[in-house]
Amino acid sequence: MLEKALQGEPRYWGWLVLLLVGIGAGFGAYSVQYQQGLSITGMSRDVSWGFYIANFTFLVGVAASAVMLVLPYYLHHYKTFGRITILGEFLAIAAVTMCILFIIADLGKPQRVNNVLLHPTPNSVLFWDMIVLNVYLILNLVIGWTILGAERKELPPPKWVKPLIYLSIPWAVSIHTVTAFLYAGLPGRGFWLTAILAPRFLASAFAAGPAVLILLAMLVRKLTKFDAGKEAIQTLAKIVTYGIILHIFFFFLEVFTVAYSQIPSHLTHLKYLYFGYHGHGGLVPFMWTALFCGFTAITLLVVPQWRKNEGLLGIAAVLTFICTWIDKGMGMISGGFVPNPLHEVTEYAPTGLEMLVTLGVYCVGALVLTVLYKVAITVKEYEELGGAAPAPH
Amino acid sequence: MMAFNRRDFLKIAGLSAAVGLGGQTAWELLLPGHLDAAEMPAASGLTAKRWGMALDVKKFTPAVRQACIGVCNQSHNVPKIDSKQGLKWIWEAGYEAAFPDLEAEYVEDEIKEMPFLVMCNHCDNPPCVRVCPTKATFKRGDGIVMMDMHRCIGCRFCMAACPYGSRSFNFHDPRKFLPDPAPNKDYPTRTKGVVEKCTFCTERLAVGKLPYCVEASQGAMLFGDMSDAGSAPRKALRTRYSIRRNAALGTNPQVYYLI
Repeated sequence: MLEKALQGEPRYWGWLVLLLVGIGAGFGAYSVQYQQGLSITGMSRDVSWGFYIANFTFLVGVAASAVMLVLPYYLHHYKTFGRITILGEFLAIAAVTMCILFIIADLGKPQRVNNVLLHPTPNSVLFWDMIVLNVYLILNLVIGWTILGAERKELPPPKWVKPLIYLSIPWAVSIHTVTAFLYAGLPGRGFWLTAILAPRFLASAFAAGPAVLILLAMLVRKLTKFDAGKEAIQTLAKIVTYGIILHIFFFFLEVFTVAYSQIPSHLTHLKYLYFGYHGHGGLVPFMWTALFCGFTAITLLVVPQWRKNEGLLGIAAVLTFICTWIDKGMGMISGGFVPNPLHEVTEYAPTGLEMLVTLGVYCVGALVLTVLYKVAITVKEYEELGGAAPAPH
Repeated sequence: MMAFNRRDFLKIAGLSAAVGLGGQTAWELLLPGHLDAAEMPAASGLTAKRWGMALDVKKFTPAVRQACIGVCNQSHNVPKIDSKQGLKWIWEAGYEAAFPDLEAEYVEDEIKEMPFLVMCNHCDNPPCVRVCPTKATFKRGDGIVMMDMHRCIGCRFCMAACPYGSRSFNFHDPRKFLPDPAPNKDYPTRTKGVVEKCTFCTERLAVGKLPYCVEASQGAMLFGDMSDAGSAPRKALRTRYSIRRNAALGTNPQVYYLI
């Protein structure tokens, strides 16, 4: 099937070349990091995880959100999602690929990454995170590829794939839960030491992932003959609505517990993020932007007429993405490190090279996504045209 | 599973080198005497069930504190990097930074204004060991929380887990910040990309000596076996009031501060 990715119009190849340029830039920046160590990043003794781990965390959510398509389609036989479930599964593959690359980029000794397998350590959450992410990647690859292959041959999917699909549903939840456990079990970090962290992660993921899918479905419709269908997009919009409302609700649960109890080791992090702490407030404008975007998205999404307007829905999807990305990509990780356990403030901001590496990883993700979508959409287009050969471009 | 660990590797590497080099192992060439110290405690080595320390805080003068820090950095080849990416094995922290959970609006002036020496607490229940995905940081039988710099993948999970900020990551190649040759040729320098911290001077205990800082403290640091009621720190703790850093977190730190 992969050969379908080798045929395309000039704009398809142009886009791939553009992505390769981005990947090249990221790789160049990474080779500087490989030579000079993580000293080229903005990370420090006090803020020892930064942009890489933050983006990793965000993308685990995007990957997990494929379950929002798989579950209605396979458990509730919601046929409308039949056409786009593959888009969710392939998005998950691209997202997990980026997650793995971000982890590698963050390691001080990437050449020793196999030590995690050579010395398996079940008491480390990182060990489990490695397992759940890799298995999730394999599950989605096998399921997506098999179903699409069957579709191409106009055959029902083989029976053995069903149990894998059922397994992939709780597995999707597990990847983001385990990722939250990386943070939520650390004794000296009050910001993360909360049972709501995993649900909060999942809620924001179930807003962010489907929002990305809405935008992708709109884009695909514009660029190809494949239309996900109005109803499918509207159902995704409802999922985003619930997701973003839950995300903001869970955030306020956290705010209440922390602000009403007034325990400094928990409160100071929120103070730092939203009001600044001891004269340091680098993230304050971003955190309020995130809240503003979140509330605006909710307003646009809860009013049915606005949600049904695809122009406004597109804006709501973008706002949802910005809100959830700032929350996890900027506030969640460095917020947990500032102030440090000694209540000292060292701020964090990514360096140019760090952002270039990040860009490179996102370009790899976009490349994987483009190739997979190209294959899927070519198969789907063929079906659309009632089995006729795809029209020459 | 690989049934071939570092110890085996060292044995085989040593053996094959011994054959090739006429009795002198490769390890002996690189670090004379070090293998004996690290792998087989000499008969003269100090042993304990649980090493620990008590700092008699008012006995410290600024000069003594600097001596403790200086000798540690010098002897362990800890480079001086004046940035937020620097390394600290033992350093000075104010009362509020060292004991944020013991916040008191009114404390004896001397205590409130005094810098405390802080370092790895060699917790009895160490969160860093719990989170390490490769067992590169581990607790020894004698309670010392130790690092294997050759196994560490540099994920920095231990730094997020440590509630004392006791762990440092080599963001830079540390050798670039050290004179050549390194200050102590008998102690290994590290590479970029690994985490390091205070080790209670395991290399000294193995040859029957007390940690460098303890030696330099002129009696202000009491080092000994916390499971032995007759040890110097235990004797002092029986009669003096003491505090520990963030003890409420359940880490059971083994460094006590006598007030």
